[in-house]
Amino acid sequence: MKALEVQDLNVFYGSIHALKGISFHVNQGEIVSLIGANGAGKTTTLRAISGIVESTGQILLHGKTLKNVKTCERVSLGLAQSPEGRGVFPNLTVMENLQMGAYSRSDKNEIQKNLEHCFILFPRMKERQKQLAGTLSGGEQQMLAISRALMSAPKVLLLDEPSLGLAPLIVAQIFEIIKKVNQEGMTVLLVEQNARMALKISHRAYVIETGKVTLEGKGEDLLNNDEVRRSYLGG
Amino acid sequence: MQDFIQHLINGISLGSIYALIALGYTMVFGILQLINFAHSDVYMIGAFAAYYAARTLGIDKNPGVSTLVILLIAAMAACSLLGFTIERLAYRPLRKAPKLNILITAIGVSLFLQYSGQVVFGADPKVFPAVLEDSVLFTLLGVEFKSLDLAVLFVTLVMMVLLHLLIYHTKLGRAMRAVSTNMNVAAMMGVNTDRIISFTFVVGSALAGVGSVLVGMKYPKIDPLMGMMIGLKAFVAAVLGGIGNIAGAVLGALIMGLSEEMVVGYLSSTYRDALAFGILIVILIFRPAGLLGKGGVEKV
Repeated sequence: MKALEVQDLNVFYGSIHALKGISFHVNQGEIVSLIGANGAGKTTTLRAISGIVESTGQILLHGKTLKNVKTCERVSLGLAQSPEGRGVFPNLTVMENLQMGAYSRSDKNEIQKNLEHCFILFPRMKERQKQLAGTLSGGEQQMLAISRALMSAPKVLLLDEPSLGLAPLIVAQIFEIIKKVNQEGMTVLLVEQNARMALKISHRAYVIETGKVTLEGKGEDLLNNDEVRRSYLGG
Repeated sequence: MQDFIQHLINGISLGSIYALIALGYTMVFGILQLINFAHSDVYMIGAFAAYYAARTLGIDKNPGVSTLVILLIAAMAACSLLGFTIERLAYRPLRKAPKLNILITAIGVSLFLQYSGQVVFGADPKVFPAVLEDSVLFTLLGVEFKSLDLAVLFVTLVMMVLLHLLIYHTKLGRAMRAVSTNMNVAAMMGVNTDRIISFTFVVGSALAGVGSVLVGMKYPKIDPLMGMMIGLKAFVAAVLGGIGNIAGAVLGALIMGLSEEMVVGYLSSTYRDALAFGILIVILIFRPAGLLGKGGVEKV
């Protein structure tokens, strides 16, 4: 079953045609990656899915169109995003950031359960809950951004460049956790420049170049694809 | 020494009034990066709302705590409604427009309110109703503590505490802080940012309403242009503290109030207004981000 489906997505920034009819889908329970170089349109795709930028084409969440659904209403339909550059609220504490993640929910017991689950996934967040998010290290901020997204109990989790600017060891840790979250049943759409890491944990992936999907396939197949190796995996 | 303490009390009292108005500037700036020039005229409308409320209810010659409370509520209600309406009609349609367009609109709204005020209320000053009996409550070390000054301090303090609780201890306040740091990400968390912006205008305007009643109580002469000078001074106070920073606005306002009283007390009252702009020039040269503001590098 398709959890998220994008059909013929177009985005314009002024006169710049940033996305030129991108189509892809994410099945329930999958990790799907969008890989590509800087400026290919990966982040724009996620921004369109969240409704931050205007787009034409179809975005379907569990078969229902998101057309005319405001960004803030997409959360309660089951979309959550860990945005590019992490986007934690630096002058809010870690706990307050997590509470912001659960903003659209009202069931206190469920939220508490979710919080405890986040603390199991990211024990560091529990230690640091009273600290201002701006004082966390980059890796911790990324963990916070992911846990904050999980706090809305989403059906589809969108992750924008979780490896950005982080040491390889931390990146490996974070990808381990993404894999774990997925094994617990979460559907994940991952946008990455670190193609090797992304393809390793992905069920399927799409390669995006200058606003178009140029290649798609299983994660492991793309890992062994000559063109992908040459362009994105360094030979 | 007695003089000094007397000036100190007057200064803090004046500073707290500036603070109430400065908060409106700083909160709106924090969330929209907009200097809401119409804010000082919302304050003026608050004074007139209280004036007409007092006359209509027949309590304009009936000073007392209940009169104070009723007038505060009337002014806060009128200002909130006006602030909400201004945001809704004038600023929201320009949300995606360049910042300069909104700024010019703000100046337009300000002029509109000033001159509509002259048409509707008349340009002649009116006498604000007596809100509290001005009496000396007690004398300490030869300094007189007057009911009006203490009422100003008390009301301001209550408002500050309420504002602090709202911003730091409620879900709504958390959302306000989130929206002011990153509007897009806050929306991704499910925050209806338009609603938060409206609410910020409502709260800021209500505080201006409180300020207008306190000013009317201390300096009982109101006219449709009364907002201009005090609005500018409150704005300078917000810049001094670091615009966008709530604690900064209060700090800046207290510094402004105190230095103004000291200048009046020890130099000459003719320097009263020059001081505010002197402070503005000095702060813009030496610490443009304000006392508590963080210096941000504007990326080109």
